[in-house]
Amino acid sequence: MSVNETHDPNRRDFLYVATGTAAVIGAGAVVWPFIDQMRPDASTLALSTIEVDVSAIEPGMSVTAKWRGRPVFIRNRTAEEIEAATGVELDELKDPVARNANISSDAPATDLDRSAGEGKENWIVMVGVCTHLGCVPLGQAGDFGGWFCPCHGSHYDTAGRIRKGPAPENLAVPIFEFVSDTTIRIG
Amino acid sequence: MAGGHSTYKPNTAFERWIDKRLPLPRLMYDSFVAYPVPRNLNYAYTFGGILSIMLVAQILTGVVLAMHYASDTGLAFNSVEKIMRDVNSGWLLRYLHANGASMFFVAVYIHIFRGLYYGSYKAPRELLWILGCIIYLLMMATAFMGYVLPWGQMSFWGATVITGFFTAIPLVGEWIQQLLLGGFAVDNPTLNRFFSLHYLLPFMIAGVVVLHVWALHVTGQTNPTGIEVKSKTDTVAFTPYATIKDSFAMVVFFIVFAYFVFYIPNFLGHADNYIQADPLKTPAHIVPEWYFLPFYAILRAITFNIGPIDSKLGGVLAMFGAIAVLFVVPWLDTSKVRSAVYRPWYRLFFWVFVLDSIFLGWLGSRPAEGTYVVMAQVATLYYFAFFIVIMPVLGLLETPRKLPGSITEAVLARNAGSAAALPDGANAAPDKNA
Repeated sequence: MSVNETHDPNRRDFLYVATGTAAVIGAGAVVWPFIDQMRPDASTLALSTIEVDVSAIEPGMSVTAKWRGRPVFIRNRTAEEIEAATGVELDELKDPVARNANISSDAPATDLDRSAGEGKENWIVMVGVCTHLGCVPLGQAGDFGGWFCPCHGSHYDTAGRIRKGPAPENLAVPIFEFVSDTTIRIG
Repeated sequence: MAGGHSTYKPNTAFERWIDKRLPLPRLMYDSFVAYPVPRNLNYAYTFGGILSIMLVAQILTGVVLAMHYASDTGLAFNSVEKIMRDVNSGWLLRYLHANGASMFFVAVYIHIFRGLYYGSYKAPRELLWILGCIIYLLMMATAFMGYVLPWGQMSFWGATVITGFFTAIPLVGEWIQQLLLGGFAVDNPTLNRFFSLHYLLPFMIAGVVVLHVWALHVTGQTNPTGIEVKSKTDTVAFTPYATIKDSFAMVVFFIVFAYFVFYIPNFLGHADNYIQADPLKTPAHIVPEWYFLPFYAILRAITFNIGPIDSKLGGVLAMFGAIAVLFVVPWLDTSKVRSAVYRPWYRLFFWVFVLDSIFLGWLGSRPAEGTYVVMAQVATLYYFAFFIVIMPVLGLLETPRKLPGSITEAVLARNAGSAAALPDGANAAPDKNA
C-alpha cells in the first residue's frame, strides 16, 4: 500500500472509482430484471385489442365489453341524452378536457369530442372505470342521468363527464374506431 | 441493562461444550430468564408477548393453508371453499388464520396506544419505536394482500381501490400501478404476486421483530411511571415474573380469539367476499377490513383541492401521512416527562385521541356522504392536530405532577404500609398495582 501511495495516488484513485462505478452499474443491471418482470407481460399486452359487434344496440341500450381486464361501456345514446349533454357549458365542468384518446389531449370536453364524432354523436365508448379509485360506475344513475359510482359517490353526466363527487377526471375514452357500421374495434 | 454481565452458568459438560462454540442457551437465558424487568409492569405491557405468539400462529396456519390454496383467478375462490368443506380441519385453520389477522391488529393497536400513553417512544427508545412502526406497516401490507387471496368481491375491489391510490401520484402513478398489478387491472398476475409476497412478508416481519426485541433489550423496558430503572429493587427477573404474567395474558387473549373463531367466525368479515370476484360489477359498498377503517375515513375526508394538490392526491397523502406521522412522534413530543400518569393534560388529549381513532373507524364503515363527510373532516383534523400541534405545544406548557424518586418508591407509595422494599425475587407481589 505504501508503495502505491508514494508511486501514483491518482492512478489508484481512478481504479477505486472505476471499480465502484462498475459495481453500481452491475448491481443496477442485476436489479432491473427483478423489477422489470413485474410489468404487464406479453400475454397481457396481447389482449389489448378487441372487436365488438354493436348492430343489435338500439338507442337507449348499452353493452359492456371487457378490454384489458376492465369494462368498456358502449352506449347508443337517445336524443334526449345527447341534448342534455350538449346543453352544458364548458365552465360548468369539473374537468373541461375531453380525455378522448382519439383526438388531441387538450381538446375541450364538448359532447361531440366525447362521443364517436361527427355523424356518430349517439355513440359513446368509455372505459368503465371511475377515475377516482377504479370502481365500476352504474349506468343511467346519479344526479345527471349518466353514470354513478357507488364507491365514493362520483356522478357522471350522459357524456361521461365528472360533474359531482371526488373523481378528478371524466371517464376515459379509449382508442377505438368503427371498422364497419356495426363493429367497433377497441385498442 | 442487557449490557450487564451474563449470569448464565452452564451446569453440564454438554452445556459447557455448547457454550464455548455457540452460546445460544446463554443468549436465551440472559434475554428471557435472568433479564431484569421493571417490577411495576401492568397488563398493558403483555401485548408484545401476545403479538409474538400471534405472529407464530399466523405463520403456522398460513403455511398449512398454502398447501391447499391455488393462486389462480380460475381456481382461487373454489380452492378456499374446498379448504372450508373438504380439507380435514380446513375450516378451523382458515378461521384461525382469518380471525387471527384481526386479533393481531387488536393486539398491535393496544400495543401502540400503550406506547403513546406511557411515552415509550422517548429517548433512548426512538429506534425501538421506529422499528415497531415498520412492523406495523409490514403487517398492513401483509393483511391487505392476504385479503385479496380468497378472490371474492371484496378481495378484488379492495385491491382495485388500494392499488388505485398509486394513480394519484403525478406522472409516474399509472406506471407504478401497472408495475404493482402486472397488467391494466387486478387480474391473475396480481393474484400470483400477492400470494408470493403474502408468504414472504411475515418472515420479514419476524426479522424486524428480532431487531425490535434486540433494541428493547438494549434500552430496557419502560414502565407505567416512565422513570428509568435505577437500582436492583426496581426490577424483578423475567422468569418467572414476566413469563407467568405474559402467559396468563395470552391465555385470556386466546379465549377471546377462540370465541371469535368458534362462535362468530365471520363477524369481522364481509358477506360480499363469499361472492366470487367479478371485474365487471362493483359491490354497492366497498369497505376495507375493520383495522383499516380509520385510514379509509381519512382518505375520504379530503374532498377538496389544496392548492395544486387535487382531492384524490390529497386524500392519499393524508392517509399515508396518518401513518408516516407515527415515525416522527419521538421528536414531536417535547415533554420531559415520559408517562401520561404524571401529565394530566396529555392524558386527557390522549383519551380523546383514542376515541377519535375509534370514531374515525366507525366513519370509515359509513357511506361517504352528507354529515359523515363533515364529521370525518373534523376527526381527521384532530388526528393530525394531536401529533403536530398538541404533542409539541403541550410539552412546553403543561405542568406535570411530581415524579416519584424511583420505581420502588412509586410501588411502595401505592401499597403504603403493606410492603417493604423487598429484594429482587423475594416473595412479594410486585405487580399488585396492575
